[in-house]
Formats: sequence, C-alpha cells, structure tokens
Amino acid sequence: MLTIAQETYDAIVAHAKRDHPDEACGVVAGPEGSDRPERFIPMVNAAGSPTFYEFDSSELLALYKDMDARDEEPVVIYHSHTATEAYPSRTDIGLASEPNAHYVLVSTRDSFDEEGNSDGPVEFRSYRIIDGVVTEEDITVTPTAGTPPETSQEASTT
Amino acid sequence: MAIEVRIPTILRTYTDGAKAVEGTGGKLAELIDDLEGNHPGIKDRLVEEKAGSVDLRRFVNVYINDEDVRFIGGLDAELSDGDQVVVLPAVAGGC
Repeated sequence: MLTIAQETYDAIVAHAKRDHPDEACGVVAGPEGSDRPERFIPMVNAAGSPTFYEFDSSELLALYKDMDARDEEPVVIYHSHTATEAYPSRTDIGLASEPNAHYVLVSTRDSFDEEGNSDGPVEFRSYRIIDGVVTEEDITVTPTAGTPPETSQEASTT
Repeated sequence: MAIEVRIPTILRTYTDGAKAVEGTGGKLAELIDDLEGNHPGIKDRLVEEKAGSVDLRRFVNVYINDEDVRFIGGLDAELSDGDQVVVLPAVAGGC
C-alpha cells in the first residue's frame, strides 16, 4: 500500500501533464525505512522521449548523494506513460532496480483534448517491482495539512 | 591502501548487505575482478560481453570521484588508492 499526500500526488500529475507528450520522471524521497514519501524531486528525462525515460547520469549521482546525506531513500519512483496505460512495460520491469520503492505510473493518454486542454482523466497507479515480478498495490491519498479533503479530492480526479 | 566502492541496494545481496566495500586495482576492470573475488556474482551485474569484448552494462552507472567512467575510459579508467567509486543502476524505463 502506498500512502501519499495530496500535495505530492498533485505535483506528480502536474509534472506528467507539463512534460506530455514526453515521459516525465522523478522521485519522492523519504527517511530510510519509513515508507513515507515526503520530498518531491522532479527529474529531467535525459532521453526527452515519448517512449523512454532515463535520469541524467550526473543528476542521478547528485540525487543519491543528497539522499544519502539526509538518510533518505527513494520511497517513490514515478514516471508517465503518455500514450499507453499506467502499467509497467517490459522495459520498466527489466530496469527496475529499487526493490524497496513504490513504482508509480501515471498515464496522460486521455488527459488532453484536441484543443490541448489537459483537464481529462489521469491514471495514477502504484506497483512493487521485485525480481521481475510486478504487484499492483492500493493507494491512499492523505489530505495535505490545511487543505479540506473534499477540495483536494476533486482536484485529484481531473 | 584501498578503494571504497559504494554498493547500491539491489547489489547488496552480493555484499552481505554492506553499503560499501573495499577493493583494489589500477583500472576499473581490475577493481571489478577484485570485487568478484570477494563477492562472487557481482561482476556479471556490472559488465557484459558484447561482440567478444567486455564492457559496462548500459544501465549501470559507475563513477570515480564523481566522474561517470564513460567519460574517462570506461573499464580502462584509472584508479588510485583513496579513490571513491560509486555504483548506481540507471533509473530508466519506457513504454
């Protein structure tokens, strides 16, 4: 089960929409062993592609050194699919290398209408990927402090 | 008189859970052979044979003192005592 704050959920969706039709990617770091995704870190897709994503190699090193210094780990690793469903592809599964992370996939394939409005639905799903085995898990979105749950729920589904 | 090698989570099964191990070698290829001696199996996760020659795996990043080894000679990259080597799997995928 992934528990994630509304604010972080919204930030991931906004990033996916912003980079559409290219794939967006990033991490939500949290204290080691806590399973709490707390620090949202959008990354540049060095592949700049609608069908592939990859963190830039020097940014990847900087990210891991920073997390190390803060005693954090990547609790969530997210990326978007812009023309297919929010399910890990064969490549996603083959390259998944963080057995403790929640792999979040966001699909923006139905988000945009012909005029370019991005108000359409977004698919937001979470998985564990361990030794090539994909297990989907439930997601609980918790209200961000100070935000009434009704308002934030509405914002999340569109 | 050694080189510190930072091991990513996914490869710690080869190091009894250790986040960092020590190794020796004047070049990256020698360091990897030395690691293999103490942590059997790890080499195959770092390098692969392609068309008769051995190279780093495409989706494994290795850094010597913060430099991606791909820009400093790959497996021939030179090492000195006290260097720090970091291994990080790429974070990548595609639909």
